[in-house]
Amino acid sequence: MTGGCTVKLDVFEGPLDLLLHLIKRNEVQITDIPIALITDQYLATLEQLPELNLDGAGEYLVMAATLMLIKSRMLLPIEPGADGEVEEDPRAELVQQLLEYQRYREVAERLVDRPVLERDVFRGGGEHLERGVLQADGPPVRDATLGDLMAALREVLARAKAPLPHEILRPGISVGECAQRILARFALGDDIPFDAFFEGEAGRDEIIVTFLALLELIRLRAVRAGQAERFGQITVSLATANLGEAVELARQLTDTYVWGRSGEDDERQRAGNH
Amino acid sequence: MNVNALEIIEPQLEHSMAEEQPMMDRLQAIVESLLFAAAAPVPLARLVQALDGHDRREVAAAIRRLRETYEREGRGLRIVEVAGGFQIRTVPEHGPWVRRLLGGKPPRLSRPMLETLAIIAYRQPCTRPEIEAIRGVDVDAVVMTLLERRMIRIVGRKEAPGRPILYGTTPEFLEVFGLPDLEALPPLRDLGEMADILRATDLSLTAEGVVPTDESAEAGTEQPGDPSDQSGEGS
Repeated sequence: MTGGCTVKLDVFEGPLDLLLHLIKRNEVQITDIPIALITDQYLATLEQLPELNLDGAGEYLVMAATLMLIKSRMLLPIEPGADGEVEEDPRAELVQQLLEYQRYREVAERLVDRPVLERDVFRGGGEHLERGVLQADGPPVRDATLGDLMAALREVLARAKAPLPHEILRPGISVGECAQRILARFALGDDIPFDAFFEGEAGRDEIIVTFLALLELIRLRAVRAGQAERFGQITVSLATANLGEAVELARQLTDTYVWGRSGEDDERQRAGNH
Repeated sequence: MNVNALEIIEPQLEHSMAEEQPMMDRLQAIVESLLFAAAAPVPLARLVQALDGHDRREVAAAIRRLRETYEREGRGLRIVEVAGGFQIRTVPEHGPWVRRLLGGKPPRLSRPMLETLAIIAYRQPCTRPEIEAIRGVDVDAVVMTLLERRMIRIVGRKEAPGRPILYGTTPEFLEVFGLPDLEALPPLRDLGEMADILRATDLSLTAEGVVPTDESAEAGTEQPGDPSDQSGEGS
């Protein structure tokens, strides 16, 4: 889940981390980096990558280019500018970035050295026997899979009323609007059964939009679909700290996949688009 | 062995209870009950509210006495000030036993999570691009995880192109790391001081020229053969 697209190089968390490692290993000062040496070592480390995962490797490659640019600029003779100003050290910007990053890295190390709740120290309440506050992995309610959700959708669709011969054209509703409508229900309660979103006189189109909106909300981690047992009732709950955050996350959905009128032409178009 | 330990300890306890310390006073005991039942950190104001008739000063003093009692008696619990309130917690030394009893894995705090959290904690409110500029990597997934674990929250949007989301830390963040408030974060090393070092180095470099530094480095030596590099040899 975390950093799935980042080239780890086993231990490095990014190009800056790798650079700091090389600087430390060579026992040189951040403020006076032997740029040629470090660049060579940096490139050598990159070559050890079993394969370049393009997503994450990009960051490493950008840094490689920056290093080579600095190296080339270091080779140029220094000429005082017209007003006698001396040119800035080509390494200055990189040094600044490394110092800034290192500052936060130091603090991160100090944070993790503190007594951490549910790792070193525990509060009362006994709830940990059931569920830890921090335990994102392994809650008793497992996340419903897409398969579970599809199965639940099929049931809902089976119950939906048959389309009328003369279907009245309703104003369309977008997935975004629908998502906001779904979230609005969490103002009243925490856990909402999956079926509750499909109650009433919902037609097939409404059911589908609602389902798409739910999937989008799950993708954005605004809500979570859980199931206490396999084939059991699916319950939807907020995945954010509060409703406001979920609404904020869902805002990016607005205007996407606008659901048109329930005419057949639109349906065909959509089928083509997706 | 356990039996022996009890035999040794018990008379001592009786002794100290009887002679040196009177019984825990009533207010102290009530505060203990409240903190125990609440589990979450309780702000002083809430305690005062619940303890109808006692003012802030009295309640604060009772908390202090309770804290001292716990420490003096070497109890397995401590009263700590976290996330703007008071909380009863187990002592860190007993962590392994509690962990074994409760089962499960301790919360995973990866380096990317901690670094991202640190940046947000000190710079809040801040945006994802700001975090990425400092860490030099994409932080999308990490931010999502931190949001999910309620360590950070969305605090608004920046009035800038694209209106990027602004993130800040939550009370849960303070609670997890046992911090009373954001002021209690470990001090961030002073960048001004760092900038001074940087500037000084720049000057010496430009005075002596940087070309020799580079060439000597390329020749394979670890230390650049530049007269200006005392700083490089220091460590």
